[in-house]
Amino acid sequence: MRLQYPPNVRIIEVPCTGKVDIMHLLMAFEYGADGVIVVGCLEGDCHYSAGNLYAKKRVNRVKEILDKVGVGGERLAMYNLSSGMGGRFAEIVREITEKIMELGPSPIRVATGKATGPIAEVTT
Amino acid sequence: MIKAVPKPLEEVLGQVKDFTKVLIVGCDGCVTVCEAGGMKEAKVLASALRLYFTQAGKQAQIDETSLTRQCEKEYLAQLSDKMDIYDAVVSLACGCGVQYMAEMYNNKIIYPGVDTCFLGVNEERGLYVERCQACGRCILAETGGICPIARCSKRMLNGPCGGSDAGKCEINKDIPCGWELIYERLKTLGQLDRFEKPVDPKDWSTSRDGGPRTIVREDLRI
Ligand code: SF4
Ligand code: SF4
Ligand code: FES
Repeated sequence: MRLQYPPNVRIIEVPCTGKVDIMHLLMAFEYGADGVIVVGCLEGDCHYSAGNLYAKKRVNRVKEILDKVGVGGERLAMYNLSSGMGGRFAEIVREITEKIMELGPSPIRVATGKATGPIAEVTT
Repeated sequence: MIKAVPKPLEEVLGQVKDFTKVLIVGCDGCVTVCEAGGMKEAKVLASALRLYFTQAGKQAQIDETSLTRQCEKEYLAQLSDKMDIYDAVVSLACGCGVQYMAEMYNNKIIYPGVDTCFLGVNEERGLYVERCQACGRCILAETGGICPIARCSKRMLNGPCGGSDAGKCEINKDIPCGWELIYERLKTLGQLDRFEKPVDPKDWSTSRDGGPRTIVREDLRI
């Protein structure tokens, strides 16, 4: 299946969203990502049983941090999809890219003078 | 071990926002176990502060490190050559560690990064419960290994009181009655006769009496 999704999105693959650490998410923003989404298996379907539930907690914690430090928690989101939902994945990436475009470049990239066009990161 | 929780980020931000060089120091001891102040938490806090300063358009140097224990001079001394660089330090150790660091680095501003709570156990990851109040004269031998000081809400020595209801304490139905626990354990051990004679008044002079407590172990000192 060939699906089109915006080219300014960088995909970082991990074996399970349980591998996604708070520091990975924070560093993405420190390096200037405009937005990050974490895409895990459906709840109850994680191959390592609870990886996506841990990821959800970490995502929520980082959203809270981003809000408090003035970057904005709305730049980070988590989605749960099955491997058969490629179409939905492409749709989510399009939606999130649009949302990030509306929000504009991250204040980190603006402040460090690296703002040229939005960058979004996706972790699967 | 000592249990602590991270301070709210806004509280730490409020303290350090006017500095430009801040060091976050974790402790690899107790606070690492309860995930409040180890290297991991030091990294997260440092990253959050860097994001804050960067988005505010402020040049700042925020670094993180962690020491084996902050309640020992030898480990605190490991910071001596870099301490001069920083305007302020956030210590993620328990209150003992924060104070000991402040004592060693007398002219440095040191902020606590955690709220130190109690001596407790890890019932589960993320669930810590008080077990001991460091009274200085342990009576667990008489009470079936369950501490009435820490686990009876009224610290009664001859419980339970009339507020014990179906195994729960009257102050909150989610809190087990310490004395019910003691009774059940003594029953299991076949030691219910302990209830037949009252426990003598406790010597509280070893507790919070007479100011800060000190242990002098001549057998260990040179
Ligand atoms: S400084 Fe506090 S938290 Fe660190 S090891 Fe010592 S007692 Fe434990
Ligand atoms: S009797 Fe004292 S030392 Fe023993 S567990 Fe209770 S508070 Fe701690
Ligand atoms: S295997 Fe854990 S989220 Fe997919």
